[in-house]
Amino acid sequence: MNFKHKFVFLLPGLIVLIGIIIFPILFTIRLSFSGWNSFNPELDFIGIKNYIRLFTADPRFWQSFFRLSFLAITTVFIQYVIGFALAHMVWKDIKFKRFFRVLFLIPMMTTPVIMTVIWRTFFHESLGPLNDFLSLFGMQPAWLSSPGLAKIAIIVVEVWQWTSFMFLLLLAGLLSLPKEPFLAAAIDGASSFKKFIYVTFPLMAPISIGAIIIRLIEASKIMDTVFVLTSGGPGTSTETSSYYIFIKGLREFQMGYAATVSFTYLIIMIISLTIISKVLTKVLMKE
Amino acid sequence: MKLSALVCTVVSVLLIGSQAAYADKWGDQFPHISATGDIPGMGSYEAMSKKDYSGRTLRINTHAIPVMGEPTALHAEQFEKLTGAKVEITHTPAGDLFSKAMIPFQAGQAPYDIVFGFSNFINEWKRYLAPVPQRYVDQMDDVTASHIAIASWDGAMYQYPVDGDRHYLKYRKDVIDNPKMQAKYKADTGKELRVPRTWKEYGEIATYFNGWDWDGDGEKEYGSAEVMKKDDLMYAAFYSRSAAYSKNPNTPGGFFFDLKTMEPLINKPGFVEALTDWVEAAKYVPPGGINFGLGDEINSFGGGQTLFSFSWDDAFVAAMQPDSPITNQVGAAQLPGAEKVWNRKTNSWDEGFNQAPFFVWGWAVGVAEKSKNKDIAFDYLCFFANGANHQADLGIGRFGVNPFMEADFEVDIWTKLGWDPQVAKEYVQTLADMEKSTNRVFPLRVPGTFQFNSALATGTAKALAGQLSPQEALDEVAAEWKSIIERVGVDNVRKAYAVGVKMEDNEL
Repeated sequence: MNFKHKFVFLLPGLIVLIGIIIFPILFTIRLSFSGWNSFNPELDFIGIKNYIRLFTADPRFWQSFFRLSFLAITTVFIQYVIGFALAHMVWKDIKFKRFFRVLFLIPMMTTPVIMTVIWRTFFHESLGPLNDFLSLFGMQPAWLSSPGLAKIAIIVVEVWQWTSFMFLLLLAGLLSLPKEPFLAAAIDGASSFKKFIYVTFPLMAPISIGAIIIRLIEASKIMDTVFVLTSGGPGTSTETSSYYIFIKGLREFQMGYAATVSFTYLIIMIISLTIISKVLTKVLMKE
Repeated sequence: MKLSALVCTVVSVLLIGSQAAYADKWGDQFPHISATGDIPGMGSYEAMSKKDYSGRTLRINTHAIPVMGEPTALHAEQFEKLTGAKVEITHTPAGDLFSKAMIPFQAGQAPYDIVFGFSNFINEWKRYLAPVPQRYVDQMDDVTASHIAIASWDGAMYQYPVDGDRHYLKYRKDVIDNPKMQAKYKADTGKELRVPRTWKEYGEIATYFNGWDWDGDGEKEYGSAEVMKKDDLMYAAFYSRSAAYSKNPNTPGGFFFDLKTMEPLINKPGFVEALTDWVEAAKYVPPGGINFGLGDEINSFGGGQTLFSFSWDDAFVAAMQPDSPITNQVGAAQLPGAEKVWNRKTNSWDEGFNQAPFFVWGWAVGVAEKSKNKDIAFDYLCFFANGANHQADLGIGRFGVNPFMEADFEVDIWTKLGWDPQVAKEYVQTLADMEKSTNRVFPLRVPGTFQFNSALATGTAKALAGQLSPQEALDEVAAEWKSIIERVGVDNVRKAYAVGVKMEDNEL
């Protein structure tokens, strides 16, 4: 088969790739150098004005970025710990193992926005069931109107929704582990705890890194939970980068500037996740 | 004499009978208007039934059900039956109405013939909308001058009036007018319990009635329900609270900016005083009240949870519906005033009572310039707002259709809906007084409106959350407003703002 034939077979895939991945990215980059907004709908060229504004006069974006980092790292860490524990539990021979495996997957199968609406009702400070119950003990926490508790509410919803995903990946990893190391450990008389620390955990390192990185990528786009639960409030205390980009682009209709923020954010995320991946690999797979 | 009397009687009976038969004909087919029957006019049921739009499709982008989305769908169904047209409706959340129309507009497309939005979209939408044809404007003789002005720009009407909005005070009559409560309040505070004249008095009364069961239903009640949630129209609530402190009738030439210099006035003492009051208000709203959006406010006041509320009509109409726990126990009054107003020319407070109604933006609807169905689109809008539909829509709180015609200020319309005559009288008097006021505030309608309002929402939300002091928050907003003016161009903003200032200064 000569080169031309190969190219013809590749062409449909390349066209799709260019259409749905390359073109939007290139268009976003071009848009980021324009002043497109609601009263100036033109792809004009304003140089790096938007980038100067982002790096010198927009502390709100950077605050939202650091807030997002905190939320993403916290939620993924909790999801990993709980997900690993649940996966480890149903990996062993326990009663109703199949039932639990399905049960733990249910949150992931629900629609995030709908579930967040339900959680919002749950957290509602004057009409919600949670405070109704807590008021029996004289407590009425301001779940959504106190900056600290609002962050906790978001973490709870994110952990509830996406621990299932972590559970699924880690369970698949556990089921694929070779039996020999465990047999050897058993012959050596290792306790369950030591087997977990010295056998299970190291063997699970590659899949753990993959699962954590996938979830970090997803968590770095937290938007629907924030939008429905708090609208970034109270004040700006739960505003994340994605939500901020949404406000600039689709609420204020500053398309050019929103593209600048989006592209910068993409670059930052690529660099950050590459570094995190390297660090995790170094730490978890050192042996 | 007897013969002439007989003839008169017969003629009268025939006339009345024919009118009744006419009304019944359409009222029977369309239960929505059974109370009034059809009302003659250009967009009446009778007139629409003579049109034939078979084989043509009208596409509408409207708000989600129920507010405005439900009447849009209902009138579309009626319109289909009458004219044979097919109407396709897309329901969109309020926050996305602007962008959902604007993106195709800017791309030179018209996926919708009719787009619903808010009246403050007019500056940015008008270049993509078809002006309302003169024959439709000519038959709007009953629409109030304020709402004709809101729907128009430079003499051309771009938004078809279907709704009229203003912010006003709603209160529980069964508490404020209750002699026992008045005596208790007097005994405890030494002050008279009455409809609050000022925001300070509003705060005092709301604080007193906060957190205890004053209506004896076994549940705690609270002082006030307000829209305080960021990105959920909170900026409109803040303008309402600011108007009395900042709209000085002696200093024409701008409420939001000084028209001459285009200097933002948002961080001047009048606005700071209002924000200081608002931060205090966070103490007398229900738990979680600083996260209340408009829907929460309607449900909270309409459900009997609070003593006061202020914003659009919806909470009041919802409270007056037969299924409400507080039907006929609510009253309406103009927004509270202030005992002083900031004078930006002397840089000092002018002492004395000041009140300024806020004609907040409301629902508005336009026809896309690039639509190929402009004839059907305008007929649909004319039908939507015809007398019979309008009167029926007014009485359904969740529809979001509020008074904008002179006839809406008649007490009879409301008593027919089951309202207590006194409540109805207070309500129409409040609205009529606002129309007559010469110290009104109109919404900001300049290029970049969304940026200005979003910056304000962010700043005030930070103050409410305790992240910044009122002065710091509004200084931040003023700095952001200056940046926006710089980006948009000072002349562009000034030119558009001058139109609003003329309305506020009673020159239009």
